[in-house]
Amino acid sequence: MPGHRIVVVGASLAGVHAAEELRAAGYDGDVVLLGAEEGLPYDRPPLSKKFLAGPAAEETLLRSPEQFAELGIELVAGHRAIGLDTVRQRIALAEGEAVEYDGLVIATGSRARRPRFLDGLGGVHTLRTLQDARSLRAAFTGSPRVAVLGGGFIGAEVAATARGLGLDVTLVEALETPLAASLGPTIGGVLAAAHNDRGVQVACGVPLDRVEGDGRVERLVLADGTRIDADLLVVGVGAEPVTDWLRTSGLALRDGVLCDSYCATAVPRIMAAGDVARWQHPRLGEVRAEHHANAVEQGAAAARNLLASPAERQPYAPVGYVWSDQYEHRLQIIGTCRPSDELVIVHGSLEARAFVACYLRDGQISGAVGLDARRQLMRMRPLIDAGADREALLAAVGPAPAAANG
Amino acid sequence: MTGRVLVTGADGSRTELAVRSGARLMPSLKAAELGVLGLCGGNAACGTCHVYVDAPWHDRLPAPDADEADMLDDLDSRRIDSRLACQLRFTEQLDGLGLTVAPHL
Repeated sequence: MPGHRIVVVGASLAGVHAAEELRAAGYDGDVVLLGAEEGLPYDRPPLSKKFLAGPAAEETLLRSPEQFAELGIELVAGHRAIGLDTVRQRIALAEGEAVEYDGLVIATGSRARRPRFLDGLGGVHTLRTLQDARSLRAAFTGSPRVAVLGGGFIGAEVAATARGLGLDVTLVEALETPLAASLGPTIGGVLAAAHNDRGVQVACGVPLDRVEGDGRVERLVLADGTRIDADLLVVGVGAEPVTDWLRTSGLALRDGVLCDSYCATAVPRIMAAGDVARWQHPRLGEVRAEHHANAVEQGAAAARNLLASPAERQPYAPVGYVWSDQYEHRLQIIGTCRPSDELVIVHGSLEARAFVACYLRDGQISGAVGLDARRQLMRMRPLIDAGADREALLAAVGPAPAAANG
Repeated sequence: MTGRVLVTGADGSRTELAVRSGARLMPSLKAAELGVLGLCGGNAACGTCHVYVDAPWHDRLPAPDADEADMLDDLDSRRIDSRLACQLRFTEQLDGLGLTVAPHL
């Protein structure tokens, strides 16, 4: 076991779970959980839904101060790591201090991407932190016309929540539907229709040309000349891993911290987990995941492997699970889905907006998406585990599945 | 403080787990590979940590919140004693708690 003190840098979901797992696995040295944001660690999924919708809703804390105390986890909040010296085993903090470690888990997560051309323009929001959510929630109270740029999970959820508050909402996405980049246009089209029915203007398939406004956002202009008037712009164009503090550390960085299949970097006793980690998935190759369930599981896996002897280490090979709530709909994904996969609808129908769609890659099921079909979706899980082929899939789900295109 | 939870697995096996006060039950059940998947990481969003709580204990638990109640309503194998293990926090008063992992499918 690594020495007297393990430091976990990043006090969000992956970091909290790493720190907790160190204790669960019997580590009795110091555990320091270092977070850049002030306050107690909180859960992010409600920030685009419940928290954003309710003017008085409180944040969902991950753990209470008593729970951290009971576990002997020292939470150091409001201190940003700005550098790492792997030889002297020290983390430099923005305040000029340094923290020494014997073992390290890097869990600094990701930050919302904010295009440069929006610099200096008022009324532009991203959504990642509690602070972001508070600020967006306050901005919603003035009945603004809202434009959401980016039809990914965050964009689609913010659009749904804003519309639920009665706001005038336009969802702008360069691809032909929302969620097309992750699930393909067929499933994305179902989501687009759901938004449209609720009164969201869905402007998909045409890229943004520019944002106009005198000091503040006033309108978006698309490449085909379409003008969308807006008082507020929410930008949901993806996230980037927070690795700038590691630039001179010597750790291998490429859109994340590069790790082996055990979540270990090339430097002994330094692991990475959560959004910031790009690891070798035993079945899928190099993966970086920006999802809740992965942060939980990878945080714990990295902690266990940090404590384990080389022979005891376990490769980290999750199946993957994602969910998204939009209006009354719950979308759930297990395994991996790509737009280029072949789609097979095995339950319900796209028209009914209740279905399970399986994604086949090289003839084998690699993932599945369910819309308001939790039970039926979970039945796909053993088939995904087993990498079932089409025949086995169809045998398992029973007669008369319909094929769908793309 | 660490206490005991007596678990009947999905396969009928019986296991005694040590659980720390304040901890949610799902991670321990998942780690023990007793048929609990806990896919969503503890958000009452997937229903894969569904358990039946033994009769003397069931009434001593705090009632499910709205998210948990919604998810329970959606489960095929729902019973009056159903709970999601990810929403159950272990306390000293629950030492000796008995539960059974519910079938998933």
